[in-house]
Amino acid sequence: MGFEAVIGLEVHAQLATESKIFCACSTGFGAPPNENTCPVCTGMPGVLPVLNRKAVEFAIRTAVATSCRVQSRSVFARKNYFYPDLPKAYQISQYELPLAVSGHIDIERNGTTRRIGITRIHLEEDAGKLVHAGAFAGAQTSLADLNRCSVPLMEIVSEPDIRTPEEGGAYLRRLRDILVYLEVCDGNMEEGSFRCDANVSVRPRGQKEFGTKAELKNMNSFRNVEKALEHEIRRQIELIEDGGAVVQETRLWDADAGVTVPMRGKEEAHDYRYFPDPDLLPLHIDEAWVEELRKTIPELPGEKIARLASRYGIPRYDAELLSSSRLLADFFEASAAAFGGNPKVTANECIQWKEAIVAGRLSPETIAHVVEDRETGTISATASKTLVEAAIGTGKPVRQIRDEKGLTQISDAGALEAIADKVIAGNPKEVESYRAGKTGLLSFFVGQIMKETRGKANPRMVQEVLKAKLG
Amino acid sequence: MAITREEVLHVARLARLALSSDEADRMREQLGDILAYIRQLDRLDTSGVVPTSHAVETGTPYRDDSVHPFGEKEEILKNAPDREDDFFRVPRIIED
Repeated sequence: MGFEAVIGLEVHAQLATESKIFCACSTGFGAPPNENTCPVCTGMPGVLPVLNRKAVEFAIRTAVATSCRVQSRSVFARKNYFYPDLPKAYQISQYELPLAVSGHIDIERNGTTRRIGITRIHLEEDAGKLVHAGAFAGAQTSLADLNRCSVPLMEIVSEPDIRTPEEGGAYLRRLRDILVYLEVCDGNMEEGSFRCDANVSVRPRGQKEFGTKAELKNMNSFRNVEKALEHEIRRQIELIEDGGAVVQETRLWDADAGVTVPMRGKEEAHDYRYFPDPDLLPLHIDEAWVEELRKTIPELPGEKIARLASRYGIPRYDAELLSSSRLLADFFEASAAAFGGNPKVTANECIQWKEAIVAGRLSPETIAHVVEDRETGTISATASKTLVEAAIGTGKPVRQIRDEKGLTQISDAGALEAIADKVIAGNPKEVESYRAGKTGLLSFFVGQIMKETRGKANPRMVQEVLKAKLG
Repeated sequence: MAITREEVLHVARLARLALSSDEADRMREQLGDILAYIRQLDRLDTSGVVPTSHAVETGTPYRDDSVHPFGEKEEILKNAPDREDDFFRVPRIIED
């Protein structure tokens, strides 16, 4: 009997605001412990939260970019639980009335498009961080740093539309790219500004009802999400095939062991007793604001990939690599505009030098000039690489380096013919053998010309000239 | 439908309240009275009424996204029963 997996993903994205969601403390990463705290985010009695407009703006832009419906009225609620990283003993979140609902993201896999639904997007605040310094067996205390308390988060919940780990990975990467394109989140999964939990169940193929699901946590890279999903799906199928049943529980991914393990206890903690936060009035968002923000949405990754592929005639795979960063894609287009040669070569160069380009250490002209010089035969592919490396190192214009280093090659047909005549005249025996059918000797003549020109002759042209003359 | 003793103890546990047996009984009675009082609302047909989350509907005010450090870390830390350097020291919470 075949099984299929049913997967839904919940993403927590840290919004790239300067200040926290309900107070004016900095969201800066790496400050000394408890440096970025105030009476509001540490939950002192009598304080009142005031909502950061930018956080709302970022959430609306995300909602628009993922075709969600922004609700004209949403409500902040208190999610109640006790934990030492949560000084108020409740997290301000949105529950029954989230900011946005009913959107989707399209992902392309093997030439087909899959639409993954988005159930909801809501705003909430982050908790603090617990440091287990000296966490030796028997340590009785942990240390709390509340700098992260109340940093704005956006939770994005997918529909259970995902069927394979690869689809899950593709959805996550696309969602991350969208958030980075929108500049609402830095998308850094390792540093925790883009986190993912998964709900996973399996069911016999053809069955409509969902199986019992497990929730997976603690996956801090795209690859780990895929591996954790793979493992969990296999675990559930084997369990059922062996006559067992899946238990609804939270499981942690152990990346070192490559397995998911049940999280210990605390089932009662799931009784969160949500209720509307009396300190925050309902969030009203009018249509005019949404429409104003709609105009700020840039071309998104899916659109950009399709446009680059069709406009420049480059393979879709290349378009995807270029679109992995808005900056890289813009750079490619600027290079292609600066020189109208084969965009495929320009694309390859941009992909090869991605790191330096994204770091701002190359100009589009540099790539345009080496691509142009290669197409005109002024430089060789080897010289092109040396030149770009030198341009990254020195910051000098690439053509200046080319001339200073004498890296041009001889592509002047007349000059090459003169050298070829000289070589042919100097090697009558080889010429005779060549003409008698030992065509392998062509490389001998090429070598001689390279020697004459100290390697600067354009190899392609040398071959053409020789073939014509030896004919 | 009165509240059960188990429900009282459950809610107390969630709120980290330790109730003696007498207190649990007293709370059950009092909470039952409160619920009965609220339940008067059930006499009205509210099926078409949007639940009221707040008494006023003016919409929440915003602040601009600018940083103004509080700048009194000591004031924050001195409220804590225990600290280590600039951390709050809290009971160990790792489960092992």
